[in-house]
Amino acid sequence: MTAVLGGRPEGVSTLHFAMDEADGIDTRQKLVVVGNGMAGARVVEEVLERGGGEQFAITVFGEEPHGNYNRIMLSHVLAGEEHEDDIVLNSHDWYADNGVVLRAGVRVDRVDTHAKVVHASDGTTAPYDQLVLATGSRSFIPPMAGLHRDDEQLLPGVFGFRTIDDTRALLAAAAEHEKAVVVGGGLLGLEAARALQGHGLAVEVVHAGTHLMNQQLDPDGGAILRQSVESLGIVVHLATRTTEVIGPDRVRGVVLADGRALDADVLVIAAGIRPVTEVALMSGLEVERGIVVDDQLRTDDPDVYAVGECAQHRGELYGLVAPVWEQARVLADLLTGADPDAEYHGSRTATKLKVAGVDVATMGVNRPERDTDEFLVISEPRRGVHLSVVVRDDRLIGATLLGDTRKVAFLTQAFDRGAPLPQERIKLLVDLSDGAEEVGVAELPADSQVCNCNGVSKQAICDAVAGGCGTVGAVMDSTRAGKGCGSCKGLVKQIVEWAADGDVVEDPTAGWYVPGIPMAKPALMTAIREQGLLSVSAVFAALAPGGQEDAKSKMALTSLLRMIWGADFVQENDAKFINDRVHANIQRDGTFSVVPQMKGGVTTPAQLRKIADVAEKYEVPMVKVTGGQRIDLLGIRKEDLPAVWADLGMPSGYAYGKSFRTVKTCVGSDFCRFGLGDSTQLGIDLETRFQGIESPAKMKLAVVGCPRNCAEAYVKDVGVVAVGGGRWEVYVGGAAGASVRKGDLLATVDSPEAVIELTGRFMQYYRENANWLERTYDFVPRVGLATIKQVLLEDSEGICADLDEGMQRSIDAYTDPWGQDGRTPATPGQFRPALPLVALPEVPVR
Amino acid sequence: MSVTAQTTSGHVVGRVEDVPPGEGRAFVAGDVQVAVFRLRDGSLHATQAACPHAGGPLADGQTDADVLVCPLHLYAYRWRDGSSTSGNAPVQVYPVHEEDGHLVVQL
Repeated sequence: MTAVLGGRPEGVSTLHFAMDEADGIDTRQKLVVVGNGMAGARVVEEVLERGGGEQFAITVFGEEPHGNYNRIMLSHVLAGEEHEDDIVLNSHDWYADNGVVLRAGVRVDRVDTHAKVVHASDGTTAPYDQLVLATGSRSFIPPMAGLHRDDEQLLPGVFGFRTIDDTRALLAAAAEHEKAVVVGGGLLGLEAARALQGHGLAVEVVHAGTHLMNQQLDPDGGAILRQSVESLGIVVHLATRTTEVIGPDRVRGVVLADGRALDADVLVIAAGIRPVTEVALMSGLEVERGIVVDDQLRTDDPDVYAVGECAQHRGELYGLVAPVWEQARVLADLLTGADPDAEYHGSRTATKLKVAGVDVATMGVNRPERDTDEFLVISEPRRGVHLSVVVRDDRLIGATLLGDTRKVAFLTQAFDRGAPLPQERIKLLVDLSDGAEEVGVAELPADSQVCNCNGVSKQAICDAVAGGCGTVGAVMDSTRAGKGCGSCKGLVKQIVEWAADGDVVEDPTAGWYVPGIPMAKPALMTAIREQGLLSVSAVFAALAPGGQEDAKSKMALTSLLRMIWGADFVQENDAKFINDRVHANIQRDGTFSVVPQMKGGVTTPAQLRKIADVAEKYEVPMVKVTGGQRIDLLGIRKEDLPAVWADLGMPSGYAYGKSFRTVKTCVGSDFCRFGLGDSTQLGIDLETRFQGIESPAKMKLAVVGCPRNCAEAYVKDVGVVAVGGGRWEVYVGGAAGASVRKGDLLATVDSPEAVIELTGRFMQYYRENANWLERTYDFVPRVGLATIKQVLLEDSEGICADLDEGMQRSIDAYTDPWGQDGRTPATPGQFRPALPLVALPEVPVR
Repeated sequence: MSVTAQTTSGHVVGRVEDVPPGEGRAFVAGDVQVAVFRLRDGSLHATQAACPHAGGPLADGQTDADVLVCPLHLYAYRWRDGSSTSGNAPVQVYPVHEEDGHLVVQL
């Protein structure tokens, strides 16, 4: 057994436990902390700082026999830059001196949350009043053949890199061996590689990603880091995995996925970390990727908390120390009562480190996420420098500095505190005092990929410009750049402008609502109203050049006219997209999917029975529950649609339309233990009021009964969250599709009626002002939350009454399309098959 | 589906009123499936019924005076010669005319 790090000279720690047990009149509450890593120990420190030693008898369980040490410094110990004694944070004596019982070397197996007792692996138990899980994370070991011996131990010569014991073993191995392979080209792997190289080993890094440190760096930054790492003599293999370890008695080498074999007598696995959640799982606590906690770091048991790398807060796992410190402070405030309302709202993550001899600093995002994001890149591969910043609404939301971190202090300030940014954005990255130099997209390597969705390089964009594409739109059409998720559009625009050298023509159709009519949306709406244009053909005749119809403009105009005129709109079947013509969603084989309305996701046995009967009668190949809590009948033949609707006897759920679709709900206060509001009823009320409302793009809503957010309201076009005391938060502009965006808090209101009114007002404002197919997650940031708040909450433009009235007009015009067209087809042959000869391709039945 | 007859001038696939103005309908001419469209100006057009890109039902597409747009992936084809506006494979277009209220397609 190796020495106990931070141990007492006599090496006794259980003695304190016995003393505590002997003290039968201790009236303090019992606080038990499972985990003696950086998070667990920090919680104890923070609790003690707040006088918690008076309130709590504290017991800490640590699986390792050591005191508390600084795990971040392990790579320095491995490199020989630090002695292991120097990384001790809290020795065994520290615990004793502070009256804290440290049960070092004792693993906790499970928690009986009903009896409030912790069960340890040595058979002992410890009762608690408050329990903190700080179980941290462990090395992720990717599957590979030959990695383990028959007794399930790692093959000799294979090492994780997570603990002081791992580090000691690696140091011993480094002294005896000559060739190491490190699996994982992230931060930890590169540090391990560099440290082992320092001990004289030949080192090769195998990384599954397409570039190094892909968590923190963009591909260009990763490519430059690779150059720097390789210039040190470390060999890098990218985009491949280690599939097999060659043995059998000890490591002799590894085999890669592409069949190559590498010699190695030391194999270090640093392929990432996974939260340790077994204790929580065994104890019946809610675990997703990590142990799920709320803003008070509580698990779903009110007396059990989780902090650090094992905890999942608002969907995030943190692997950095700063968030852990923040969590520990909040938790100590809560436990000791120093601030009973303390909350943790997530962390902005920034890191600054030296990787394999290269300075790296990253914060926030590393690439633009929206069209309006500003993205500045300086790339000097030869010098090993890659700098970038992302600016949104004049605030720094991300920066990556590689090879040159001179500006990190200023950027950190701007990132953390929102310090004002220079108008000349280039000054964010370089000091211009020594002579201004024009840099930016010009410095991007020609082969750097600009559009990741469609694999379009800077060179391809430049070629399109050289080939005669004179507008950004033409370049996008020609190359398909920016046609995927759209996040690169800003960069595409910059490159086009740069490549055209000022000769770029403004895309004339860019500001038009539809390509066939040269008018922006407000002017188009005014003209339609003033001229009383009630049908799509009337709009073309009056407003299109030469009265020419345009096929690609028809659907958008139908939507707009229906919004403007409500029941007075004159329908023309040919102006509708096929989905709206037959009120079902066309599938790739020409069949349709049918989704009946199921308000708030609530159904009845009778409805389910009816759906089942219809599915059997029409031989529906797939019945599927949708993401919006409804039932989808897939593979319905076009000619069967009217009969299917009639047999279902339920209204259309509008799953096919650019329209309001559904309101997802949780069970709220009906059955849930934690529900703070009747989310189900409010969801049903919202869906009843807004059913069938046309909009520029689909709208999906959700209502949840508490901030646990079981129905994902934070990522909906409109999301409503009960926060207790009869109050509801209304979020807008959220999304969990091609891009993920948490909605912005529009307002907190104090009744369901106020939620319904505000939702309608927002939806109408969006309907009247959004571009065609512009989702709320683009619309809200484009218009700006501040503006939307002023307009909708303060009535700064005096239009709230008009918005309410406009929405009411559409609501009054609602009719169930299945009932209408199902009885009398709108045009002859409306439901006639469109591909009569060929048998329809079969959709696989599961 | 409709019964068709072959005349000297082509295949009779149906009656003009089978295709509402502005829309398309699918028919069988001989053993070929065709989509016939009647635009708002009364003009008739006919194409193969399945989109050459991914087999989409072209009769369900949207039209204007120049192009037909497939409903599956919105690829557009010119009536003039069936060529694609985005460089895809062209569609087959067929001559179509009206005779005594019947739609006649020439293959």
